[in-house]
Amino acid sequence: MLNNNTYLEVKDLSKSFGSFEAIKNIDINIQEGEFVCFLGPSGCGKTTLLRCIAGLETQSTGSVIQKNINISNEPPSNRDFGIVFQSYALFPNLSVFSNISYGLINNKWKKADIKKRVDELLSLVNLTEHATKYPSQLSGGEQQRVALARALATSPGLLLLDEPLSALDAKVRVFLRKQIRDLQRKLGVTTIMVTHDQEEAQTMADRIFVMKDGEIIQSGTPSDIYTKANSPFIASFIGSMNFIPAVIDSSNKVKCNKIEITCDIGKFKANDSVQLAIRPEDIQFKQNNQDDNMIPGTIKEIEFLGSFQRVYFETINITDELIIVDVPSATARKIELDINKEMNLYFSKEDARIYST
Amino acid sequence: MSLFKFANIRRGKDSSDRVGLFMLISYIILFLLFLVLPLGSLISKSLQNKDGEFIGLTNYNLYLQEPALFQSLYNSLFVAICSTVIVVVLAFLFSYALTRTCMPFKGFFKLIALIPLLSPSILAAIALVYWFGNQGVLKEVLLGKSIYGPIGIIMASVYWTFPHALIILTTSLSLSDSRLYEAADVLKTSKLRAFFTITIPGARYGIISTAFVIFTQVFTDFGVPKVIGGNYNVLATDIYKEVVGMQNFQMGAVISMVLLVPAMIAFFIDRYSRKKQISLLTSRSVVFKPKKHFKVDMIMLGFCSALALIIILMIGMAQYGAIVKFWPYNLNFTLKNYDFQVAGLGWDSFYNSVRLAFYTAIFGTIIIFVGAYLIEKLRINEGYRNIVQFFALMPMAVPGLVLGLAYIFFFNAKDNPLNFIYATMIILVVNTIVHFYTVSHLTAITALKQMDKEFESVSLSLKIPIYKMFWRVTLPVCLPPIFDVSIYLFVNAMTTVSGVIFLYSYDTTLASVSAIHLDEQGEVAKAAAMAMLIVYVSVAVRLTHTIITKKVLRKTQAWRYNILDTK
Repeated sequence: MLNNNTYLEVKDLSKSFGSFEAIKNIDINIQEGEFVCFLGPSGCGKTTLLRCIAGLETQSTGSVIQKNINISNEPPSNRDFGIVFQSYALFPNLSVFSNISYGLINNKWKKADIKKRVDELLSLVNLTEHATKYPSQLSGGEQQRVALARALATSPGLLLLDEPLSALDAKVRVFLRKQIRDLQRKLGVTTIMVTHDQEEAQTMADRIFVMKDGEIIQSGTPSDIYTKANSPFIASFIGSMNFIPAVIDSSNKVKCNKIEITCDIGKFKANDSVQLAIRPEDIQFKQNNQDDNMIPGTIKEIEFLGSFQRVYFETINITDELIIVDVPSATARKIELDINKEMNLYFSKEDARIYST
Repeated sequence: MSLFKFANIRRGKDSSDRVGLFMLISYIILFLLFLVLPLGSLISKSLQNKDGEFIGLTNYNLYLQEPALFQSLYNSLFVAICSTVIVVVLAFLFSYALTRTCMPFKGFFKLIALIPLLSPSILAAIALVYWFGNQGVLKEVLLGKSIYGPIGIIMASVYWTFPHALIILTTSLSLSDSRLYEAADVLKTSKLRAFFTITIPGARYGIISTAFVIFTQVFTDFGVPKVIGGNYNVLATDIYKEVVGMQNFQMGAVISMVLLVPAMIAFFIDRYSRKKQISLLTSRSVVFKPKKHFKVDMIMLGFCSALALIIILMIGMAQYGAIVKFWPYNLNFTLKNYDFQVAGLGWDSFYNSVRLAFYTAIFGTIIIFVGAYLIEKLRINEGYRNIVQFFALMPMAVPGLVLGLAYIFFFNAKDNPLNFIYATMIILVVNTIVHFYTVSHLTAITALKQMDKEFESVSLSLKIPIYKMFWRVTLPVCLPPIFDVSIYLFVNAMTTVSGVIFLYSYDTTLASVSAIHLDEQGEVAKAAAMAMLIVYVSVAVRLTHTIITKKVLRKTQAWRYNILDTK
């Protein structure tokens, strides 16, 4: 996929620590101005990959090409990037102003220009009135915005964000997500963010690279990954997913114990053991028992989660696990959910997916 | 294919990487020259005869066949173990009172307890001579036993090692999670059971660590047994006798090795238990706040007052002895004991000590802090960094007397190009820095570890060379621990005896060594006066340090204090 707008290219990159292979044969292409996320559970190698791109770690093999220049062997100081860490890493003895101007001073900027640039950045991250404070006098969210301003001060071509929001409260996190995203769009800076929070990746990224055990196992737009997860791991990592053991019968239908389900079986053949996967929000409750794709059972538990209610549903001889169903609260009020009430589950054949066991 | 891949690995370096590598190698060379090679020449000396021919373990055989020398090993172990047990018990109770009770006047007691740090170890021995010596005030208390011998050595050792034990144990006891005690309370656990199931286990690594540190200090100490040991020989005095008295360097080397081994073992156990200690407390722990408990608080107040009184009586007696005319016959006050001219010494040795302390503090702090920074913050050359780290920890395991003797063998050799530093101030400064390297190094490392490990990454991404960021951020942030290290080096250089006893020359006599020689010549009052001079300087420097911390640091560390103003 050669593209004239390719900004950063990672080719066959691997990094080992002793005998442990942190990342293996990574190949990625990032377009100019794109916002991508490396998403995965802790220990999947996403931070190592980011640090290799920054030059903070040295790859064992492979190369990194930025704007058609091979920078694989360049030290960080010769690369063009700004970086923000989870811990903010603000210099505690320098004021907000001095932190942001830290990188400008070295580039022989004039005093007046520095002042102008810092003021500009401060207003960009809405911190103008905090210029003279020390980092310890700011809240976590404010500190992270200072770190962002510091990283952007020298107008780098590439912005690297290493779990920038993980240390913050839920509310602040949601607010900053949007602010970072808006800022990135406004400046058009190519951005890579590392995160283990799938919601964060989905709301912010143009493209997500899902990583596991040092490899990229799927990449695509957030909605692609959510709706067309290529493995049970991704399906359950991104959002939640019910898995029901099933077999394909001779008439190419999916059979869960005695119940027959209609859905696209893709590459699977008769007599394959498979898992039927349905997302909690794609399941509805039905009282009659006529349609296809119906599973009977009993409600075991109901959790009230504000805008929706999470129902745990016990099936008869289909699966030992309780099936999770998310019902919008408005709907729930209508159909009168109750513990121990017997009901039927229904889902459309488009929403069900099949994975190998 | 794979060949091609490997060709890719070569990484580019920027200037800070090159400077870092150069400095690491310099540190390795310095450690080789001033620590490893001297120790090597000590070992090889122990395997040679008088003419320098290799004779294997013959010297060691000779040593084992000499019952008098063997007796010294037993004596050394005896006084070291007794002192350790006494110090650990006393210091534990004292630090328990400071950290876990609501005893009044804590600040005062802490201050008093740290007094022995400011004096040379021989000061305690001299004070004991005044109290319990042949003409001592309380001679009868000993029931006919002489203070010159194990009793005196143990008492003096307990006195001067007490603050060292107190510091470790106070740290260890103050690291405790109050949630554990609350949980025990809710489960209706008695206070006593909580003490044995929570307090003691929580502090056990601190206790182990303390025991081994104190054991090593007493086991390897030279000054105290020299002054108050009488005919009771220990390893340290044996080495001195063999080397200075009989010029038997080979046997001195052998005894040094006997001294070195237990010190090494103690060192490794101490390192191990310190590592364990750190992992006990999590960031979620809630710091323990003692509650008022009248009976316990009062008992502790009595106990601490008694110890404080003893400390004051000891140093007070040394001061008193230094200013009376002729103990015990003429108790009129005089300052003539401070006129060392009579003893043929003058004040030169005192000035030399101050110079030594000053140089050690300045150069030592710079070298140690930069070394710690290289180890902690460089991102490449891990192998070299591990070597430097290993070397930096080594001095702790080497007794001062052993290091001093090793320096003689190495630097006094005619063919050593560094021979010119022998018998100069330089060798004293170098020896003192190396001798006290480890503790200062660990302080610096702890301070650096508390700094965000990504500062260097941020600087690199902003194209700021590491040395600039060291100057602008690391140094200012680490100023308080840097002051602590320099004070530690200064006071220890003032008070040390064992490190320098073999290394001073006619032009570089030192106050602490002079005090020993004055005592040897029977000039006990002058010895006390000389030891007190060291105390005055140490106190003055400490006070200055406190003022600097309060006034000057408040300005440079504004960011620390401002937290309180706005939040």
